[in-house]
Amino acid sequence: MTSVALPQSLKTTPRLDRWVRFNADRTVTVFSGKVELGQGIETAIAQIAADELGVSLERLSLVAGDTTQSPDEWYTAGSQSIEVGGMAMRLACAEVRSVFLEAAARELEVNVTELAIRDGTIAVTGTDLRTSYWDLAPKVDLSRDATGAAAPKASSQLELVGKHAPRRDLRAKITGAAYVHDLELPGMVFGRVLRPPSYSAKLVAFDADAIRALRGVIAVVVSGNFIGICAEREEQAVIALEAARRAASWEEEPLLPPTTEVRDFLPQMASVRSVVHQRGEHPTTGALRRVEATYSKPHIAHASIGPSCALAHCESGKFTIWSHAQGSHQLQRQIAQVLGVDSDDVDVVHRDGAGCYGHNGADDVALDAALLARACGRPVLVQWTREDELAWSPYGSAMMIRVAAALDANDRIADWRHEIWSHTHIKRPGWADGVNLLAAWHIDPPFPVPPAKDVPQPTGGADRNAIPLYDFPVQEITYHFIAEMPIRVSALRSLGAFANVFAIESFMDELAAAADIDPIEFRLRHLKDLRAREVIEAAAKAARWTSGEKGNGARGRGIGFARYKNRSAYCAVIAEVDAGEKLRVQRVFAAVDAGQVINPDGLANQIEGGIVQAISWTLKERVLWDRERVLARSWESYPILRFDETPEIEVTILNRPEEPALGAGECAAGPTAAAVANALFSALDVRARDLPLTPDRVARAMD
Amino acid sequence: MAETFRLRVNGHDCEVRAEPNTPLLYILRNDLKLKGTRFGCGEGQCGACNVLLDGNAVQSCDTPLWSAAGHEITTIEGIGGESQLHPVQQAFINEQAIQCGYCIDGIIISAVALLKRDKDPSDAQIAAALERNLCRCGTHVRIFRAIRSAARAMRVQEKT
Repeated sequence: MTSVALPQSLKTTPRLDRWVRFNADRTVTVFSGKVELGQGIETAIAQIAADELGVSLERLSLVAGDTTQSPDEWYTAGSQSIEVGGMAMRLACAEVRSVFLEAAARELEVNVTELAIRDGTIAVTGTDLRTSYWDLAPKVDLSRDATGAAAPKASSQLELVGKHAPRRDLRAKITGAAYVHDLELPGMVFGRVLRPPSYSAKLVAFDADAIRALRGVIAVVVSGNFIGICAEREEQAVIALEAARRAASWEEEPLLPPTTEVRDFLPQMASVRSVVHQRGEHPTTGALRRVEATYSKPHIAHASIGPSCALAHCESGKFTIWSHAQGSHQLQRQIAQVLGVDSDDVDVVHRDGAGCYGHNGADDVALDAALLARACGRPVLVQWTREDELAWSPYGSAMMIRVAAALDANDRIADWRHEIWSHTHIKRPGWADGVNLLAAWHIDPPFPVPPAKDVPQPTGGADRNAIPLYDFPVQEITYHFIAEMPIRVSALRSLGAFANVFAIESFMDELAAAADIDPIEFRLRHLKDLRAREVIEAAAKAARWTSGEKGNGARGRGIGFARYKNRSAYCAVIAEVDAGEKLRVQRVFAAVDAGQVINPDGLANQIEGGIVQAISWTLKERVLWDRERVLARSWESYPILRFDETPEIEVTILNRPEEPALGAGECAAGPTAAAVANALFSALDVRARDLPLTPDRVARAMD
Repeated sequence: MAETFRLRVNGHDCEVRAEPNTPLLYILRNDLKLKGTRFGCGEGQCGACNVLLDGNAVQSCDTPLWSAAGHEITTIEGIGGESQLHPVQQAFINEQAIQCGYCIDGIIISAVALLKRDKDPSDAQIAAALERNLCRCGTHVRIFRAIRSAARAMRVQEKT
């Protein structure tokens, strides 16, 4: 038997008993580092594990993101939970199955090939001889390392994977307590943090005693620019927070860019240029038609519906923190560093929160709670405000992209240049050196803000999806990395892929228009990758696209396509817009190839959600500021898509059971933005290149 | 100063002691342990904290305690529990019209209020009923589908 290369998660945590446990009540517990964020991963990983072990889903439970029990699987991010976390679980379970089959063969004195597993019962085919995982468990030692020697089941043998499985966590979520926000411990108090009014603000005066004197307040923690409040009752914490806001004086500096127009401030900032990717020599001769365009995307907020929350308790120097962060083990180490204790003295236990879509305030609030729990000696539930979440959690980075291409005499792209201006797209806790937690920068003495470092290729950060999947003979991708940015950013769903795909796919449409070729036909002429061609064709077929179709002055349709990270899921999106009065997306057709499908309905849900969120980003979202302060502080100052703006969506899934399963949470974002912009062009003959496509920007693009 | 208020929540009478201006949200969550009513903004802008007040969807974060006394308050726990879901909750499960779920209880409350006054709402009427609800995961399409299918199930149930 050939061994399989172990995924990173299994290299980090090779012992099989850290992944699978058979319980006395004939159930199975599996342990994962990939946590539920609303994307349905708990259900998908349970499907994979149950199928591989040969037990029913009902017998199987999952413990995820608990530093006392779960394997360290880095972050639940980057559409890696199925690709890496799912694969690790599959291999661990395959090996556990194999170990038990061998034990059963010894016990029943038969060959392994004569055994079959059904819901955990291991039987000799055609006889009454049987045993089970649970009967054998006391005799089988799983404290051994995975070797990769056991092959996972062939896709034809799978019974649960590939079929609809209803989400396991939903009933609780629509009937009552279900989130970290809902936890309670005896003696628990309520915490709030008064955040400074701006990034530059320094506390110059604050009468803490006046706040301590308020009804119900049991602790006020002041350290540097950090002010935390604990109160017996939640409304008392809220009242004390507002009183503290009035009682604090801050000094602020005008450090934010003088304009919020990305193309006006971003390329003006100091940057370091590097070549990300190069192929071929730029042609200098021949009849070439050169075209160039510049696109931009602003800072975008994660904008979770539930502001971040954490519960912390400190007992005789040991901290337990319940958190909805994406990386429990990373958070554990970072918090221990700030508190000046060993990592072993901090346990982080994942509990579900509201959807985060990347690095929001989840980690920050966990440190807030730890600091307040240490100060008041009682369990503290810290709840961020709406304003905290919108103004203080990190944003997705702004980007500017200049694309230039040359068409040859046959209207083929002979030369392609793609230039990016951006700050980093990731500043997660534990990424790069130092501490990436908000309160750590505010307490006295402060931890320094770590220097920015972006994600390198092959997955990339700002340059994610900057390398075109198209077969252009000459390509040059450059990245002007901006090291210093006075606005806090970190990972937001799809990182730079959103803006790069928006730019590439908008520009492909511009080139198709210049060549007077149907935009789908133009793409296919430059695309050899068969899976790529098939998703584009599937979307076109679902939308009944007619070659050369044109908009009518109000309505129009456009396409966008990408293979996420150039190595993950393929997604093509066709959007229909009505641009008559106000730009509105009416209908969307999407086709997706995410390799082997684990849960078809879960996949469709992720694609639909990705499309709706990307429409919101594309039409409405932009973080604004004045010279001192960010202005995104409420749903009024940071509007998102509303129910009366919902399009119809039809998703076509191309299942490829023999291919590796690919994450799909992020693949629709870029294609959707481009499809909407291209549909606007088709409708009105207006090319809008700066996101979001608000009425004023569309009007400006018309001039 | 804290005062004692008598409330009627999910069909039960109860007494709570708090300042009259305390948002109903905190009373429900912390005093009555009804955690399905969620904090989203505290500013009446997102609908995550919706409850029924005499059958109408209101945002409990900007409903002061004193004004809720004497009214029939229904939270998501009063709509249906895990073992006995309300048809609207059941439709949300059937359609898997949920991702993170944080906004959903408030949306179900809005939908229940809508379906009480309109048994066969159009999409425009559903959108209007959800005018003060926000969802960030983008489950909108499924939410419309779930509400339509709940309406159908409730109409059929009424006939039979």
